[in-house]
Amino acid sequence: MRMQTKSEIPSSEITPKEAWMNRRTFMTAAAATGLAAMAGEGARRFLGPATVHAEDKLTTVSSPLSTPGLTPTPLEDITHYNNFYEFGVNKGDPAQNAWRLHTRPWSIQVEGLVKQKKTFDIDALLKLRPLEDRVYRFRCVEAWSMVIPWVGYSLSEFIKQCEPLSSAKYVQFLSLADSKQELLPWNAGISWPYSEGLRMDEAMHPLTLLTFGLYGEALPNQDGAPVRVVVPWKYGFKSAKSIVKVKFVKDQPHTTWNDLAPDEYGFYSNVNPNRDHPRWSQKTERVIGAPIWKQRQPTLMFNGYGDQVASLYKGMNLIKDY
Amino acid sequence: MSKRWMIALKVAAHAACLGPIAWLLWHLFLSVTTQPDALGPDPTHTVTFFTGRGTLRLLVITLAVTPVRRLIPKLSWLVRFRRLLGLYAFFYACLHLMTYVWLYAGFSWAEMVDDISQRRFITAGLAAWLMLLPLALTSTTWSIRKLGGKNWNRLHWLTYGAAISGVIHYWWGVKTGVKTPLTITVVLGVLLLARPLLKYRAQVAGLRAQKARV
Repeated sequence: MRMQTKSEIPSSEITPKEAWMNRRTFMTAAAATGLAAMAGEGARRFLGPATVHAEDKLTTVSSPLSTPGLTPTPLEDITHYNNFYEFGVNKGDPAQNAWRLHTRPWSIQVEGLVKQKKTFDIDALLKLRPLEDRVYRFRCVEAWSMVIPWVGYSLSEFIKQCEPLSSAKYVQFLSLADSKQELLPWNAGISWPYSEGLRMDEAMHPLTLLTFGLYGEALPNQDGAPVRVVVPWKYGFKSAKSIVKVKFVKDQPHTTWNDLAPDEYGFYSNVNPNRDHPRWSQKTERVIGAPIWKQRQPTLMFNGYGDQVASLYKGMNLIKDY
Repeated sequence: MSKRWMIALKVAAHAACLGPIAWLLWHLFLSVTTQPDALGPDPTHTVTFFTGRGTLRLLVITLAVTPVRRLIPKLSWLVRFRRLLGLYAFFYACLHLMTYVWLYAGFSWAEMVDDISQRRFITAGLAAWLMLLPLALTSTTWSIRKLGGKNWNRLHWLTYGAAISGVIHYWWGVKTGVKTPLTITVVLGVLLLARPLLKYRAQVAGLRAQKARV
């Protein structure tokens, strides 16, 4: 066997110098970008003054609108037992998958029946009003409940900034639906984006909270970071998460669960032990985090907020308008 | 199949069926002593789904014995595990029923009657348990003899009914749109289809053999 000597390698096979140098440059650049990305994230967290990330501490004040006499659910449960189908349909999925969510940059677009379209940057929203500690009961339609120490201010303050027209009778909330950040699984049976809505007077009620945090820290991703709405007297699915758009409209807006199963999930969905879900009773609830023999407790009308919100529904048949 | 092997396999089967219960009891013990969240944030839900899924899985495994035996005649001895598996399925079903009676209904007859009459998924679940009850009661060799093989076999077709009712119970119990029961439904569907298909195959093979002899 003849050995191929150097001179017999055709010159066409020799890698051109430019390509070889470029490959080196490319590899170096790739490595550098990777390192820079990691360093950048670290730097952002260390240096960034005006931006807040999940689990960063927030400066809060106490609030008379916080519900007294409640024991908050452990943080571990609040952050590991979530219905956030964008990140998977099992209760533990959001905790595992929500790391994909980028909460900066973030803004809420306001449109519809307003004086003029506006975009609010999340960091500007955080400074709009003092952030209040609001401990609220939280009742899921699946008949489990928590007590959550939210952080935020009344949605009405935000709505004032939106300057809605008098013709606006409802507010619609649209959540993030981005396949690059979220899984958006097919087996949730939901068409994205997640949509929710409130009647104007419900949205303006002081209890309705534009929420930025819980337990004194910025919202963990799986709990609807960086900004969500909390309506404590309604079933939890009304409290839309990771909001990107707020629309003021004349007619009752489409809401995701109502579209999916209109006989099960009404527009109002006020917590009502007298109005059963077609397939399970709503008379009792299971307290999350309680020991197994002490979990069951009776469900309260309007989740215990009746004296503050019942007047909104005077004259309405809440069995019919569930 | 030697006797020693059979004993070893039976012990393994018992261990495999009781293992999950031991896990559950251990975590229940932890939840009342050192680790309050040992059964997860919603222990009632955890126990309910654990026992419910266990019931369905064991029912499906029990129903798989005959098709497997038909496909792989060498595994004919699996039939000796069928009663064990079926009884464990009933055992899990009883635990599941107890979870409902105690933790959901709080031993209240009024609530149970209300649920059974109004909540169709509970009706389907109860129907499944009621179909398993006579099967558990007639699981003894004495019963097979008393009823006669043919009648006993016919009665035990209720296993299909229980499995189907159980799967419907699962679908009706989860939120609309959620597809978690899909896997067990597909597995059950395949098993239910497998029986007539395998029977057909055996018939065809039998006919061919007949033809060859002629």
